[in-house]
Amino acid sequence: MKPFEYERAADTGGAVAALAGRRGAAYLAGGTNLVDHMKLGIASPELLVDVSRALDARIEELPGGGLRIGAGVRNADLAADMRVRKRYPALARALLSGASGQLRNLATTGGNLLQRTRCPYFQDPTTPCNKREPGSGCSALDGHTRQHAILGASQHCVATHPSDMAVAMLAFDAVVRVRGAGGLREIAIADLHRLPGDVPQRDTTLEHGELITDVDLPSLEIAARSTYRKVRDRASYAFALVSVAAAVELASDDTFADVRIAFGGLAHKPWRATLAEDELRGRPATEAAFRAAAHAELAAAQPLRDNAFKIAMASNALVATLRELTMPRAAR
Amino acid sequence: MSDAIATRPLGADVGRLDGPRKVTGAAIYAYEHPLTDPAYVFPLLSTAARGRVVGIDAAEAQRLPGVLAVLTHEPAPKLADTSNPELAVLQSPAIHFRGQIVGAVVAESLEIGAHAAALVCIEEQASEHDVVLRVDHPDVFKPDDDETDTAHGDAEAGLCPAATVDATYTTPHQHQGAMEPHTSVALWSDDTLRLYESTQSVHGVRETIAEVFGLRAEQVEVTAPFVGGGFGSKGEVHANTVLAVMAARAVPGRPVKLALTRRQVFTLGSHRTPTIQRVRLGADASGGLLAITHDVWAHTSRVQVYIDQIAAATRMMYAAPSIATTHRLAPLDVPFPSWMRAPSEAPGMYALECAIDELAVALRIDAIELRIHNDPPADPVSGKPWSSRNLVACLRQGAERFGWAGRDPAPRRRRDGRWLAGTGVAGSTYPVFHTPGSQARVEFRADGRYEVSIGAMDVGTGTWTSLAQVAAEALGVPLERVALQIGDTALPYSHVPGGSAGITSWGATLFGAARAFRDRHGDDPAPGDAVTAGAPDNPAEDAYAMHAFGAHFAEVRVDADTGEVRVPRMLGVFAIGRVVNPRTARSQLIGGMTFGLSMALHEEVVMDAALGAIVTTDLAGYHIAANADVGDIDAAWIDEIDPHVNAMGTKGIGELGIVGSAAAIANAVFHATGIRVRDLPITPDKLLRARVELSARA
Repeated sequence: MKPFEYERAADTGGAVAALAGRRGAAYLAGGTNLVDHMKLGIASPELLVDVSRALDARIEELPGGGLRIGAGVRNADLAADMRVRKRYPALARALLSGASGQLRNLATTGGNLLQRTRCPYFQDPTTPCNKREPGSGCSALDGHTRQHAILGASQHCVATHPSDMAVAMLAFDAVVRVRGAGGLREIAIADLHRLPGDVPQRDTTLEHGELITDVDLPSLEIAARSTYRKVRDRASYAFALVSVAAAVELASDDTFADVRIAFGGLAHKPWRATLAEDELRGRPATEAAFRAAAHAELAAAQPLRDNAFKIAMASNALVATLRELTMPRAAR
Repeated sequence: MSDAIATRPLGADVGRLDGPRKVTGAAIYAYEHPLTDPAYVFPLLSTAARGRVVGIDAAEAQRLPGVLAVLTHEPAPKLADTSNPELAVLQSPAIHFRGQIVGAVVAESLEIGAHAAALVCIEEQASEHDVVLRVDHPDVFKPDDDETDTAHGDAEAGLCPAATVDATYTTPHQHQGAMEPHTSVALWSDDTLRLYESTQSVHGVRETIAEVFGLRAEQVEVTAPFVGGGFGSKGEVHANTVLAVMAARAVPGRPVKLALTRRQVFTLGSHRTPTIQRVRLGADASGGLLAITHDVWAHTSRVQVYIDQIAAATRMMYAAPSIATTHRLAPLDVPFPSWMRAPSEAPGMYALECAIDELAVALRIDAIELRIHNDPPADPVSGKPWSSRNLVACLRQGAERFGWAGRDPAPRRRRDGRWLAGTGVAGSTYPVFHTPGSQARVEFRADGRYEVSIGAMDVGTGTWTSLAQVAAEALGVPLERVALQIGDTALPYSHVPGGSAGITSWGATLFGAARAFRDRHGDDPAPGDAVTAGAPDNPAEDAYAMHAFGAHFAEVRVDADTGEVRVPRMLGVFAIGRVVNPRTARSQLIGGMTFGLSMALHEEVVMDAALGAIVTTDLAGYHIAANADVGDIDAAWIDEIDPHVNAMGTKGIGELGIVGSAAAIANAVFHATGIRVRDLPITPDKLLRARVELSARA
C-alpha cells in the first residue's frame, strides 16, 4: 500500500475543489470497494478526499411524486425505506440481495453505482488486464469466464458490472445528479455506465473529479409492481450470475400496457432490455410472449468459453420473473 | 440413562468454558499476543508457475524509511535441513508454483512492508508449466506407498458379466478456508526461539522448526492457546512459519509478525487435491455386491509427493467378494497439497456413496435397503471383527426421523411451485485413529484443584471444555476441580490431533495419567503431588477394525428455471461410541455436515491453466456455505457402547460429519431433477446445461 494523504471534505463543493486538477486524487465514501483495491494494489491514490460526511444522506420527496436519494444514503437505509419498499420494491430487493449486512451498512448509494468489476483478473495486479493497465491485454478472454459478459463486450474487456442496485435503478430510469468543477449536471442512468469498447479502463461517463450528489427516482406508477430476481451460486453473499429487474403494467385485456426490464451480470454495464420491452408492449402476457421477449434481447449474446449457460439462465429468469409479476393477484 | 451417570462430567452438556473469553475478545490469538515493538513481514510471491528467479533489485525498497531487511535467496538464509522442498524457503532461485515465496520485506509496519514489497523488482524466467489434472497426463505415476493399490479377490471377474455401475466422479481443488489466516509471531532471544503460532499442533511446530533450523527441540517454544480454525491446513508447518522465523533471525531481539493475507493463504496455506474417481460396482439382481473397484487420480507438487488414501473407505464400507482400489498422482506445477477436512474419506466417500445410489436406481432397490443388504459382518479385506459397527442402526433410525418410508424413488416427480424437490441418503464412516506417545501431567494444587497439563490443542472445536470433562471423569472429581492447561510446548508432549484423534488420544492419555496419579498418591493427595504419564497400549487396537459410522439424509429443492439448489433439511445420525459433550459434539457434527453441503454445492478453487494461477483467491470468489445456505440441520447419535476403542469408549467425530454428506445432497439432486451431476460442485450452470441437453434430446 502506497502512502497517501487524507482530507475530510465538509461539503460537496469543497470535495470537488479538492479533487480538481489532481489526477491522483479519489473520493472515499463507504470505502467498501476502494479500500480493498488499495490493499490489493489495484488503486493507489495519492489523496483520499473523504466525502462520507459531505454527502447528503437523506431520502426526500420530489415534487411530482419521485424520490431524491442522497448519494450518502447507505444501502441498508435505502433498502429499509418504506417509500422505496412500497413504490419501488425491485430496488429494495436488489439492495438486499447484494453484499452482506455489514457491507450494506457502510456502502453508499453513490459508491454502489461506481463499484468496479469483480473480474478476478482485474483484481489480481500480477495478471494482464486492459481495465487496470490499458494495453496490457485481457487475461479473461482465454481464462475463467464463468462470471463474464455475454452482451456488449469487446476484445479488450469482457468484465461485468457487479451492482444489483444499479440494475433496478436502470429499469426505473433514474437520473444521476453530478457535481463537477463546472457545476451541476444530470445524467440519465442509462448514460452513466458504458460499454468497454476500446477504452475499458473507463467504467462510466463521469469526468475526473465529478461527484455523484443524488439519484432521482422519477414518479413511476409501474414501479410499484416490480421485483428483482438474482440468480447466484449461494443463497446469499454472492454476485449475480444473472439478475433481472422487471416492472409490469397490464391493460384490462391482460396485454402489456407497459413493461420495464433490466439485466445484471450480462454486460459491462447494467443492461436495459429495450428489445424485450418492445417485443412485449401490446402483447398478451403469455409464456410464449415472455420467451419471445427473452429471445429478442439475447439473440445478440456472444458467450465465452465458460458462460454460455447465461443465455438460458437469463432467458429462464426473465420468463419466471414476468410469470410471477403477471400472475393474477389471487394466484400469487 | 440414570441420573447418576448423567451428572458425571463425561457426557455432560457443558457450555464452552472459554466462551465468555471468546465473545468478549479476551481470548488471545497468535497475532494478538502483546509484544513490545514488533516488526512486520510481508512476503514477495512468484508470478511464474514454474521457472527461476533471475534477478532481484531491492535497492529502492531498502532505501525506504522503516524497512529493516529484505530477504531473498541471494544470499540464502541458512537452514540446517532443506530436504522438504516446501520448507526450503529462499534456498534456491527455483520456482515451483505461482504464489511461492521468493522474498520478503521486514519493516516497522505492515503498510511500509507492503509498500516496500511493491518496490522490489523481481525478474523471473518462466518455463512451461502444467496445472491441469487429467487421467492421461504423461507423467502420471504410481506413488510409492504400501496401500496405493489394493486387490482383494478377483475384481474384474466380479464385474463380469455385467458391471451394473461404471461412473466417473470428480471433485475440484478445494481450500480449507479457516477464518484465522496462517499466522506466526516469532522472537529470537539468546538461543531460544519463541513462536506464537496459529497451528493445530504446538509440538509438531517445535519438531519441524527445530529440524529445519538445526536447533534442539527445547530451543523452540510454541504457544497457541486459541486457533481460529485449521481444517488440516495448520496440521503441518508450511513455508510461512519458516519465513517468519528467518525474518525474526534478521532482527534479533525483536518480535516479528507474519499473518498471510487471504490471497496468500490460498497458495501458501495448502489445499485439497482435485480428484478424478472411477467407481465400478458389480451386483447380482437382488443387490448383493460382487465387486467394487475404485480408481483415483489426484495431483501433487512436481517436487514433492503427497498422497491421500482417497479410496480407503471403499475397502471396508460394504461386503463384496472382491474389492480393488488404485491411486495415481499427476505431478503438476501447483501449490503443495496437504490435509483438508477428512482428507481421504470426504472425496472418496462422495464417489462411492453416489455410485451406490446409482446402483439402487439401476436395480430399483431402496437406497437404504441396498446398503443394509451389503453391510459386512467383519472387515471385508482384513477379516477382523468390528469393534462396533452400527451403520445399519444409523440408517434405520435416520430413516425414521427423516420420514424416509414410502419415498417414491422415481426422479423428477415432485414439484412445489417453481421448485423440484427430492431426497437423498448416503453412508458415512471414519476410522478411529489413535496417535500414541502423548503425555499428561496431573498435579494436585493447594487450592484443591487438579492442574492437568497436556500439549493438546483447541482449534475451535471445544477442547478447552471437553478435555476438562475427560480429566474430571478420569480423576473422579467434579469439573470445577480441574484446571486444564493446553496449547503450549511447555506442557507435556502431544501429537498433532489429525484424523479426528484429538479427544480420543488425549483423553486416553489423561485416563492413563489419572490412573498413575491415583496409584501413586491415592484419593487424598497432598498439595504438590504430581505425576506425568501416558496411556498404556490398547491391546484391542490390532485385534479389531475400528470405525465410526453414520447416515446422512438431505432434502433439496432445485429451481426449475435457474438450476439453483437449496437444502432446506439435513439430518445426520451417527454411531460414535460415547459422547464426551453433546453440545460441542453436535456443533462439530453439524459443522462437518455444513462443510459437506459446501463441498456439494459451492467450493471450488479455479486455476487458470494459461497463467498457472488461482483465480478464486478470496472468499467472494471461493464460496463456502453461508448461513442462508443452511436450513433445518440436525445431528443425532445412537446409543453405542464400544468397549474396545479406548478407556472412554469414544470415537473421533471431527471429520465424520463431512464424510458422505456431499453424496446425500448429490443423490437428492438426482432425485429432484433426474440429472446426475458427477462433477462437484453442483452449480446452477451444470444443472441448466444438462437440462438444456435433456430437452434438446426430448
